[in-house]
Amino acid sequence: MTLNMGPQHPSTHGVLRVALELDGETIVEARPIIGYLHTGMEKQAEYKTYTQSIPQTDRMDYLAPMSNNLGLCLAAEKLLGIEAPERAQVIRVLLTELTRISAHCVWLGTHALDIGAMTVFFYCFREREKVLSIYDQVCGARMTASYFRVGGLAMDIPDGFLDRCQKFVDEMPAHVDEYEKLLTKNPIWLARLKGVADLTKADAIALGATGPVLRGSGVAWDLRKAQPYCGYDDYDFEIPVGTAGDAYDRYANAATTDCATTSTCCLPRRT
Amino acid sequence: MTALAPERIEERLRVGFPGAAIRRQTGDAVRDHTLYVPSEHLVEICTFLRDDPELDFAMLSWIAGVDWLPRDPRFEVVYGLLSLARSSRITLKVAVGEENPRVPSVTGVWPTADWHERETYDFYGIEFTGHPGLTRILLPEDWVGWPLRKDSPLGYEEVAFTHNTPGRKLPDPALKKLAPKKVRYRAH
Repeated sequence: MTLNMGPQHPSTHGVLRVALELDGETIVEARPIIGYLHTGMEKQAEYKTYTQSIPQTDRMDYLAPMSNNLGLCLAAEKLLGIEAPERAQVIRVLLTELTRISAHCVWLGTHALDIGAMTVFFYCFREREKVLSIYDQVCGARMTASYFRVGGLAMDIPDGFLDRCQKFVDEMPAHVDEYEKLLTKNPIWLARLKGVADLTKADAIALGATGPVLRGSGVAWDLRKAQPYCGYDDYDFEIPVGTAGDAYDRYANAATTDCATTSTCCLPRRT
Repeated sequence: MTALAPERIEERLRVGFPGAAIRRQTGDAVRDHTLYVPSEHLVEICTFLRDDPELDFAMLSWIAGVDWLPRDPRFEVVYGLLSLARSSRITLKVAVGEENPRVPSVTGVWPTADWHERETYDFYGIEFTGHPGLTRILLPEDWVGWPLRKDSPLGYEEVAFTHNTPGRKLPDPALKKLAPKKVRYRAH
């Protein structure tokens, strides 16, 4: 029997339709049908300058606007054969690492919410909001930052910015502990994640997985370590690697990465 | 392990494929080590890059299409390869003509190529021979045209509720010639 699942409403966390083949109650094949969030940004960008394209990159992933700003800026800088000044590089690293934390907060919070652990969601969004206010302070927007520019930044950081970041960075590890207390040894969480969606090391590589998904499957690969950009080679941080390659390992990997980047990466060497 | 120099990768390929016309891309704006490879040797070259113990290009990072209109050959398919073990990258390019554009599929070498090739097909109309189910992926299945081709303008569709706007710009009916052949789905 063929069953159609989705597509879900656009305000859910990403729209996906899956064509399911069922044998009784068991799903024997699932074919994902994607593209519901496709917006033709490449075509739009053909008609714009690099700088004009920056606001579009905010919208490529609304959980990680500055990270996508950075991708475009680094590509344009590579083409032009220029490098942003060190101060700008450090601020970029600081902000993209904060972005990583806030994006992880949304992922973790909504993931827990989806399987019934509602409390985590409120805790995660509390911390995410702190990052968004730092965004607001630095560029005037909570989500669509458009703060990076080809060759540097739109403007310098405001007074009091670093103190605020420092405060957040000091507090965050305790919050990660809070999330872990709620989830890491929670029997429901374990039952729903352990041994679920196994991805072997070989499959992860063959299927081109990246980030926590790749590391959760036991591949010690992080671009910041392997091919450093923006001066990442000057920062000291650990890369956690999973072993089983199941959903739990991916969770543990992302949660500890989160923790590690909070405590080390976000402390700028000098400004 | 130290990163592998791209020159070494090129040298290994030239030794492995003495008969193939492998050409390094040169130019002011070329930043990555990029090799043009002939379409008929693509699959062999990719398999070699993946399996050679020294090179170990186990991962295909991305596939992209390029439309160079009005240049001839008009299209290029670009492959971004990554060797996790050697922390190296190399870019392969295949030139594709305007008439009946097609390239052999590398899905047999890297399974991840499946969706990347469907995406390139979806936007450029380049066919990948040997692909297990070449259908549109991001655009709706009944979409007409190849939107990332340079002769496909922004806004072919008339925007809703503008039908009675004076002086509105109508879509060019000539663009219908870009219509794809009927989309077929894999039997399941």
